[in-house]
Amino acid sequence: MSDPITRPTVGTPRESVDSSAVEEKREGTLPRGIDRLGERKRARLEQLAQATADKGGVSLLRDAFRRLRRNPTAIVGASIVALFVLVAIFAPLLAPHDPAQRFDELTKNLTVDSIPGASSEFPFGSDPLGRDFLSRMIHGSRQTLFVGVLATLIGLALGVLIGAIAGAFGGWVDNILMRVTDVMLALPALLLAISLVAMASRSSQWTVILAVAIVNVPIFARLLRGSMLAQRESDHVLAARALGVKQGSIVLRHMLPNAMTAVIVQATLTLSTAILEAASLSFLGLGDPDINRAEWGLMLGVDGQRYFEVRPELAYYPAIAIIVVALGFTLLGEGMREAIDPKSRR
Amino acid sequence: MSLLDVRDLSVVFQRRGERPFTAVDKVSFSVEPGQTVGLVGESGCGKSVTSLAIMGLLPRRGNKVTGEVNFDGADLLKLRPDDMRDRRGRDIGMIFQDPLSSLNPVVPIGVQVAEVLERHRGMDRKVAMKEARELLDAVGIPDPMRRLKEYPHQISGGMRQRALIAIALACKPRLLIADEPTTALDVTIQAQILTLLKQLVDETGTALIMITHDLGVVAGLCDTVNVLYGGKVVERAERHELFARPRHPYTHGLLNSVPRLDSPRGERLHAIRGSVADNIPWVEGCAFAPRCDNVVDACLEGTPPLEPTATGGDLRCNNPVSEEVAVP
Repeated sequence: MSDPITRPTVGTPRESVDSSAVEEKREGTLPRGIDRLGERKRARLEQLAQATADKGGVSLLRDAFRRLRRNPTAIVGASIVALFVLVAIFAPLLAPHDPAQRFDELTKNLTVDSIPGASSEFPFGSDPLGRDFLSRMIHGSRQTLFVGVLATLIGLALGVLIGAIAGAFGGWVDNILMRVTDVMLALPALLLAISLVAMASRSSQWTVILAVAIVNVPIFARLLRGSMLAQRESDHVLAARALGVKQGSIVLRHMLPNAMTAVIVQATLTLSTAILEAASLSFLGLGDPDINRAEWGLMLGVDGQRYFEVRPELAYYPAIAIIVVALGFTLLGEGMREAIDPKSRR
Repeated sequence: MSLLDVRDLSVVFQRRGERPFTAVDKVSFSVEPGQTVGLVGESGCGKSVTSLAIMGLLPRRGNKVTGEVNFDGADLLKLRPDDMRDRRGRDIGMIFQDPLSSLNPVVPIGVQVAEVLERHRGMDRKVAMKEARELLDAVGIPDPMRRLKEYPHQISGGMRQRALIAIALACKPRLLIADEPTTALDVTIQAQILTLLKQLVDETGTALIMITHDLGVVAGLCDTVNVLYGGKVVERAERHELFARPRHPYTHGLLNSVPRLDSPRGERLHAIRGSVADNIPWVEGCAFAPRCDNVVDACLEGTPPLEPTATGGDLRCNNPVSEEVAVP
């Protein structure tokens, strides 16, 4: 595998050395020229040695990252995700108005069958309560990101814990844990999430996050357990055991890091489903009851549905936002899977 | 006293609902300090299982290991798992066949060498890394400082095997088991690795069990050779004796099937008839009988005993190759 990056840097100094050496010969005395030439040769050798030494090695992650950058779909996904994250972080700066404030200019035109549309001050128009729709959309991204990331992280943590224990111990521990995850996998994700939210005495943002997290636990657990079991049979784990490495280090240093790649990729893909699931719960009215909180699923479910005939944009914008963001995470996840999967390596 | 004394080691694989399979059948051999002993045989003859059984690395379930493995006055098969773990890597090192898959792909080489030093010699990371550098230097890895930080996939196959040897020898074990250490390497690298092993064994006085199917490796390295067939030792002899006068028809066939530089051009290479699959259970007779050119009636009436030979070896054969028809 020749490195395309080092080639040009190797090529350029040679030309400059040659041309300057020729000039040297032309103008100066011969012995001095030869001396300088030798010096330059040595310098160039050092330079070349430096170039190969600097190249060093690339770690698995950096190698995967390089392949990721060459994949156009991954780039599209990453761009969408980056844009989304930036919007979420800088929402208060980007939003032209306060998302909870009701504007007189909007409320005075508000009737049952007419909601003010786009104007120069309010590019997306009004929502049914006379608030700036664009600002609410921008602030909604924060909520979506927060819920999606947190739900995925909690699900990931619990899933990794269960999967690692099951895969490391095997036997009856594995059996019990896997039967529990089987039960969870047997229920459709959304149905399970709805039941979990319904069990809470009062629904809030946190019940949504927890419900979505728990729904994703069995997927992570299963995935990690599978690759942990495969790792257990691998030669390097046998080699580590032959060196008398302790059980704990074998699990944590030799099995887990090698088994994690699939799980990390799954986490990116899960981000998109978590966002969709959280939006679905809000859409169904099981989310945060606070009407001042801007949330895409809620906007789509309550306002979008109720006023679809009056102003369909109220449904279109949140729906498009959810779809695009979920697509972004999916593309990025797929790209990562291809980049990390050693079988797709060329 | 022998460093390692294996007595009647048997490994029976027993899975529920299946006929038990005897992979290693009452194998006995011993290794003196500083000696190099070869275990030779074709695929499936029980070489690797023997080494895994000695190391206590066979899976806990699905097999039965019987016999004795006396190492340094203790029966390794009776040790508690914790005690055995303390000995592995410290007293007995092991080198595996495939250097790429035997190294952890996500951990830099240096850390992998340091790990065993930290584990058995109680060094902290800094000291261990320094020692690791010296070890890599000792096994002939150029620029060890840089290699310490590199990952297994970034270095060549030969270098990986050198790194594995460095890891196996890190705690100066008294016994090293090398399970086909050169199979995954090309011939020039094979020669380098074998030279290195020989040199390290001579320098450190480590005893070596060399497991191989390659008679060339045996010829260059081993003091005594045990030839295994179907899980049993069929012939044991001192190296020169074995190569000069192979007595068992199997050994004879193996030596004959090695291509020689001085054989006439165009001559077909001698082959042993059939394959390992064509054997009969040892209880019925000699497992090699169906493939043997010297088969006699006695070969099908129970296991031939392993009997001492005049030249100090052991032989399990009813009708050995006479000394006159030895390999030219």
